[in-house]
Amino acid sequence: MAKIEEGLYYSETHEWVKPEGGEALVGITDYAQHALGNIVYVDMPEEGDEMTKDEEFGAVESVKAASDLVAPVSGEVVGCNAALEDGPGLLNSDPYGNWIVRVKLSDASELDTLMDAAAYAEFCEKL
Amino acid sequence: MKYYDKLIFELSKPGRKGYSLPAGKWTATLSSIPENLLRSEPAPLPEVSEPDVVRHYTNLSGMNFGVDNGFYPLGSCTMKYNPKINEEAASLQGFASVHPLQPESTVQGCLQVYHELEKALSAVTGMAAFTFNPFAGAHGELTGLMVMRRYHLDRNDLKRTKVIVPDSAHGTNPASAAVCGLQVVQVKSTPEGLIDVEDLKSRLDDTVAGIMMTNPNTLGLFETEIREIAELVHGCGGLLYYDGANMNPLLGKVRPGDMGFDIMHLNLHKTFSTPHGGGGPGAGPVGVSERLAEYLPDPKVTADADGVYHISRSSHAAGRVSGFMGNFSVLVKALAYIWTLGRENIRMAGPLSVLNANYIKESLKDVYRLPVDRVCKHEFVFDGLADTSTGITALDVAKRLLDYGFHAPTIYFPLLFHQSIMIEPTETESKETLDDFIAVMSKIAEEAASDPEILKSAPHNTPVRRPDETLAATKPVLAFNG
Repeated sequence: MAKIEEGLYYSETHEWVKPEGGEALVGITDYAQHALGNIVYVDMPEEGDEMTKDEEFGAVESVKAASDLVAPVSGEVVGCNAALEDGPGLLNSDPYGNWIVRVKLSDASELDTLMDAAAYAEFCEKL
Repeated sequence: MKYYDKLIFELSKPGRKGYSLPAGKWTATLSSIPENLLRSEPAPLPEVSEPDVVRHYTNLSGMNFGVDNGFYPLGSCTMKYNPKINEEAASLQGFASVHPLQPESTVQGCLQVYHELEKALSAVTGMAAFTFNPFAGAHGELTGLMVMRRYHLDRNDLKRTKVIVPDSAHGTNPASAAVCGLQVVQVKSTPEGLIDVEDLKSRLDDTVAGIMMTNPNTLGLFETEIREIAELVHGCGGLLYYDGANMNPLLGKVRPGDMGFDIMHLNLHKTFSTPHGGGGPGAGPVGVSERLAEYLPDPKVTADADGVYHISRSSHAAGRVSGFMGNFSVLVKALAYIWTLGRENIRMAGPLSVLNANYIKESLKDVYRLPVDRVCKHEFVFDGLADTSTGITALDVAKRLLDYGFHAPTIYFPLLFHQSIMIEPTETESKETLDDFIAVMSKIAEEAASDPEILKSAPHNTPVRRPDETLAATKPVLAFNG
């Protein structure tokens, strides 16, 4: 059973969002890392790039497949997790402890369109 | 099988050689090459005798596994038997010894091969014309998309930049569209594994260049709504591209042209029995309907009224995709296959491949999970073992199959399921071979419950055990560090 952390927002494409003031951290869920298998590369945007909700902003490559990262929220990328460049496997070992990008939210109300932990658990249950 | 894993460099002994050149003949050539183009030190070539070379490669070939060794049920790859008569035809001196720059008049027989093959492929696909220049399936996809783009641009219809691709598509489809500078739009599948027509409708407008489909799709299911899909896509001004990787079950029975497709490629190394994988180069001819024929890439073989063949060009051609005209010997082999079977027998390939696939599917669906339980075409997809409590993955099953002397099926594709195991037996396999495979797959399912460790550590009987795929992907060793 995949781990789901309380207090985060979740998308149907298995990204999580953790708001911090006007910014938010974005990563992938335990369900996603488990489905992907051993992750070997994370293709991240650059700082200053704009990401748009529901559009692709990067990709995660595993030994099984390459999968797009879909933006759960819109905003400017203000930070990328450099540790993933040499250690993509961190997303496997601790998916909630390792964020992928930090975003300056352009529309905080977008968070309301995402699921909370309970709704996401129910969503995964049906998959 | 003799275990052998040497590199030819390891056999090298200074001064040993397997050739002799006429003395004093080559010095003049050396001095005529400009200084800056000469090596400063000799190339590190292996120094070996002729028997060294012959034994080395013969032993290495024994470590290989191909359709000549055993069953190779690789989904979406159609690893059918490669008849030896094809090789005989391609080895004929008149075919094997020609040069691509010879004058037309001296290679009329070779040009006739292009002409005859175009006639035969047009007849089985319902297309009007073919180019034989692409070297492989994905190269064919790119060529087909270049034709599609050229068609729209020629009509000054500049907005059409989107290509619709189903989520069950071969990965090469979106990749080819991206390489061609087009934007990929994904359309969903229904729970029955077919294209969701409602979702498709919502994506159709005047920015759509076309749709790429494979039919039957990668779940081995025939897209029954194809007529409606063709009308919808044509209705918005787009074209339909047919990925011919899954043409085998339809061969001689159903024609992509009749389904409404405008452009398609064929994988001669799949459907038309030419070698594939490590066994030889491929060929991905692209066929188009009448209105697109002028956009096929240059050059092309045409016949004049006197039956003389010419290499010709079109001013509307969508560029050039290969140096000459594709992998010629592969074309000879495909034509040999078609002519060996003939019109009647070629119609048997599809039904027999479908029968074989359904036989395996029905025999194993109690022990492996079958997500879409319908009559399939030439292939089908299991989603792991029926008993999910064992923790055994598709990868473990595939690795264990190697211990039993079978090539593994395609795994983790299509991406619609987490534990995809995609099985395609092809028409040339006997019932005995299929029964052996079914018995082994059943045994593996039993082992998953009784002795899971033997699966997790498989393969046990192969020269190379289970490599660390993460390490191989993150820190690949790409060069010989002798």
